[in-house]
Amino acid sequence: MAQHSAALRTFGKVWMKPLTLAALVAPFVYIVVDTTLVILGQPNNMGANPAEYIHHFLGVTALRILLITLAITPLRDLTGWAPLALIRRRIGLAAFFYAGLHIIAYLWLDLLWSFAALWKDVLKRTYITLGMAAFVLMLPLAVTSTNGMIRRLGRKVWERIHWLIYPLAILAVLHHFYMVKGIQPAPLVHGAILAVLLAYRVWKWAADKLARSPQTAS
Amino acid sequence: MKFWRNPQYQSLRHELTPEHLFFDRRKLMATMGMGAAAAAVAGGSAFAAPAGALPAPGARVNFRPTSWKVDDATTPEEAVTGYNNFYEFGTNKDDPARYSGGMTVSPWAINVEGECEKPGHYDLASVVDYSKLEERIYRHRCVEAWSMVIPWVGVPLAGVLAQFKPTSRAKFVQFETYLNRKEMPGTNFPVLRWPYVEGLRMDEAMNELAFLAVGVFGKALPRQNGAPVRTVLPWKYGFKSTKSLVAIRFLESQPRTSWNQANPDEYGFYSNVNPHVDHPRWSQASERVIGGKGFSALTGRRKTDMFNGYEQQVSNLYAGMDLRKYY
Repeated sequence: MAQHSAALRTFGKVWMKPLTLAALVAPFVYIVVDTTLVILGQPNNMGANPAEYIHHFLGVTALRILLITLAITPLRDLTGWAPLALIRRRIGLAAFFYAGLHIIAYLWLDLLWSFAALWKDVLKRTYITLGMAAFVLMLPLAVTSTNGMIRRLGRKVWERIHWLIYPLAILAVLHHFYMVKGIQPAPLVHGAILAVLLAYRVWKWAADKLARSPQTAS
Repeated sequence: MKFWRNPQYQSLRHELTPEHLFFDRRKLMATMGMGAAAAAVAGGSAFAAPAGALPAPGARVNFRPTSWKVDDATTPEEAVTGYNNFYEFGTNKDDPARYSGGMTVSPWAINVEGECEKPGHYDLASVVDYSKLEERIYRHRCVEAWSMVIPWVGVPLAGVLAQFKPTSRAKFVQFETYLNRKEMPGTNFPVLRWPYVEGLRMDEAMNELAFLAVGVFGKALPRQNGAPVRTVLPWKYGFKSTKSLVAIRFLESQPRTSWNQANPDEYGFYSNVNPHVDHPRWSQASERVIGGKGFSALTGRRKTDMFNGYEQQVSNLYAGMDLRKYY
């Protein structure tokens, strides 16, 4: 374990958690302010199609925060700085929060609260099926994110449930890929980052297995 | 059918400009002098090319008022010129306005090829009579389920095509957009196969609605809207129009079209606005109205009309056709 300076320890103890929270809330504040400006007819950042802007902003924010969640463990392993694990939960919950807002915005601005239309879309449209599947898989993760739940379920069961983050992240990237017209760069970049983060897990898993196998022990 | 296997295309190959000349042809023409270049490339023009430069993008143009109107209010100009799909400049809606500034729009010539009596390389001013421009306020319906109301300025497409005397073998017409990899950053990414091409059946192209726009809001077209000249086909989804038009080809068989080639299940050759035939990924029954005020800026929608409200003018073109099959 690497030695860390006193300043870094203070940062980890005092500043890291509130600063993370502020960073995670900032996109929400931004979109609420900008949406208000649109409704008031004031100059804003959203361009000619604010609804599309809101959908895209919330979706991309959710997806990027999800990728950051997946980057925490590799980052901790690489830096050897254990306190990073303390902010993983709030980052993951923020991804869930923005994904939820993304769906609410779609239901509100596009479907005018018609749940029947939403269900029809889920059945009929591949990218919505994928996106909704990703969100549904996030639900058990969000519900079991409290300390009490971790205790009640036990580490093993809890970890098995939270393994779902891997397939749901793949679904989320595919949702983006199938939504855009033509082959566009953004979903490919997200896909590449996800591939690296997943490859790290596979590599670690294989390395662990090899280290523990009797062949290498002998 | 792949474009390069199209017999009409093969027969035209010898008329095509080599790629290295093609991409630098504006520079070539600027250095050689326009008339000399046009004569060298096309072997003379059928029309007398009037002198005088084209109006710069955004410059006022004269036009006569229109009888073509839409009941709803015209979309704000900043939305029409700031929210565009012109993937040659990037896939974001504000990319065209942001990155198109470097596109050369003058001088401008159009290559006319294929089944017609007067093929050639025509200066734009000899194709479009700038003293006879008219305004047409059309609804513009994007395949992405949004719409605008846009006051175009230009001339009917039929009159322009007739100048070239298409022969009886001309059953289709293909339109091609300008391509310059240096001036169009989006073309360095293979979203589509460049250059952008679109096409129509001849009778569609000769319909009274089909329009060749050189202006919008009473001014010469801004680059992001397809300067200096573009087609406007209001009964079809927006992508069927070709911006910054550089070639017109009269063909015997149905030409390759860009979106159809990229994804044939989603974008048909016809692509008429049709609320009853959904895009595989979203409904086409209604559309978001761009440019609303207050809360309707967020939720403003309208029901999509058959042929975008132009049923009376175009439905006879498709009599007896199964529009679910020919989407």
